[in-house]
Amino acid sequence: MLSACALMGACTAEAGTTAETVDVEIHYSRFDPTTFEFAAGTTVTFRITNTDPIDHEFIVGDELTQDRHEIGKHASHGDLPGEVSVPAGTTRFTTYTFVRPGPLIIGCHLPNHYAYGMRADVRVI
Amino acid sequence: MRRSLLAIAFGIISVLVAPTVAWACGGLVAPNGAVNLVRTATLAAYRNGVEHYVTSFQFEGNLSGKFGSIIPLPGIPSRVRRGGEWTLQRLQLEVQPPVRTAALSADSDGAAAEAQVILEKKIESLDVAVLKGGAEEVGLWAKNNGFFLPPDAPEVLEFYASRSPILMAVRFDADRARRQGLTAGDGIPVHVSIPTPNPWVPLRILGLGKQANERVEADVFLLTEGAPTMLPVPVKGASRGLILDRQELASESLLADLRSDRGMKWLPRSGMWLSYLKIDTTAGKLKHDLAVDSLGIADPSPVAAGLVLPDLNLDPPESSTGWWAWLLAALSGATGLVFFDRFAIKG
Repeated sequence: MLSACALMGACTAEAGTTAETVDVEIHYSRFDPTTFEFAAGTTVTFRITNTDPIDHEFIVGDELTQDRHEIGKHASHGDLPGEVSVPAGTTRFTTYTFVRPGPLIIGCHLPNHYAYGMRADVRVI
Repeated sequence: MRRSLLAIAFGIISVLVAPTVAWACGGLVAPNGAVNLVRTATLAAYRNGVEHYVTSFQFEGNLSGKFGSIIPLPGIPSRVRRGGEWTLQRLQLEVQPPVRTAALSADSDGAAAEAQVILEKKIESLDVAVLKGGAEEVGLWAKNNGFFLPPDAPEVLEFYASRSPILMAVRFDADRARRQGLTAGDGIPVHVSIPTPNPWVPLRILGLGKQANERVEADVFLLTEGAPTMLPVPVKGASRGLILDRQELASESLLADLRSDRGMKWLPRSGMWLSYLKIDTTAGKLKHDLAVDSLGIADPSPVAAGLVLPDLNLDPPESSTGWWAWLLAALSGATGLVFFDRFAIKG
């Protein structure tokens, strides 16, 4: 999956109920891939590798969720599905089930990161 | 007495000039946006194989907590000390005399190892640390010392690490500043002496922490033993970019005034060239530094300018017109980086 995503610049997963693993790299404060597509009902485990020398976050959710995190005060994440802090130079996992079709966003909300462009688009079909 | 008079005179002048000159405004912003680290002018001088940086850290806003900046250096400093009282103001005065300034004011529209700490110094409310290490090491050092680097830091640090693993981290302690009577707008000059055969001035760092379309303005003064050549080549008469506003033999009165300031006796009484450069661009266009051949007899190194990576024959980034962006130096001393207090994290 990582190879396919890297080559395509986007990641697409087939529908299904089985959990699958999708690799995501964070480099220069950008997600790679920057777009994802999943079938509704798919459960995905994201394996996120942060190659930057600074910390990041990986937050899956709709715009409301992103807005909430943008003004939030949580120093770290990890307890909720699809929300995890990824310290510098580490790999972290988070699992999320894409229940309904529609657009979602993956973002990082450490100070100024989202405005810098640290987001990826998710299309759930 | 002369020092006092000069300090008073330049202090007054700087107040008069402030609203009109292109003070380099940095983007060092605390998480809540209440504190700005303002960059003023910077002097980059080169004589007898030693590069001298004199810059001032000026703060505005509601001072609280700790924040700071990072300045890439071309080598390991032999000395870091408090800068003089009026060097930067006197240079401003040289290029923007008060009479002209008054006229302008009237119509003003305007998980690696942590970086190695090889030198530490307290200068009033600044904690200065000279670090040696790559991007990962510096990132870890910053984190372990309670700061966040802005999101563009990974790319910028890697840019510098490929040429010099030496950085100067400057942390501002607002509580200490308050106890010392420092108020918003006061500047703390820092003078760094760096023995190096290959001087360059960090410019790209000026855009650190800024959005690509945010404006970067800085005044850079060069004092060299000859009329220097620079890369990228600054443009005379340009309105934006890297602008060469003035290049001339420094007057003996200027050198005498600078020599009378603290730590400036290394300057000769005559024979130095003054170059005054202005930077007016956006962070997105400022992707390089300024390489200098202090005698003007050789072509400055594209590697030192950050246009070509060391050992890699890469083409420089598009448009040469965008290279102007550099110069500086000063960087504010180069300054550029701001850290965010870790307790103010959002998420």
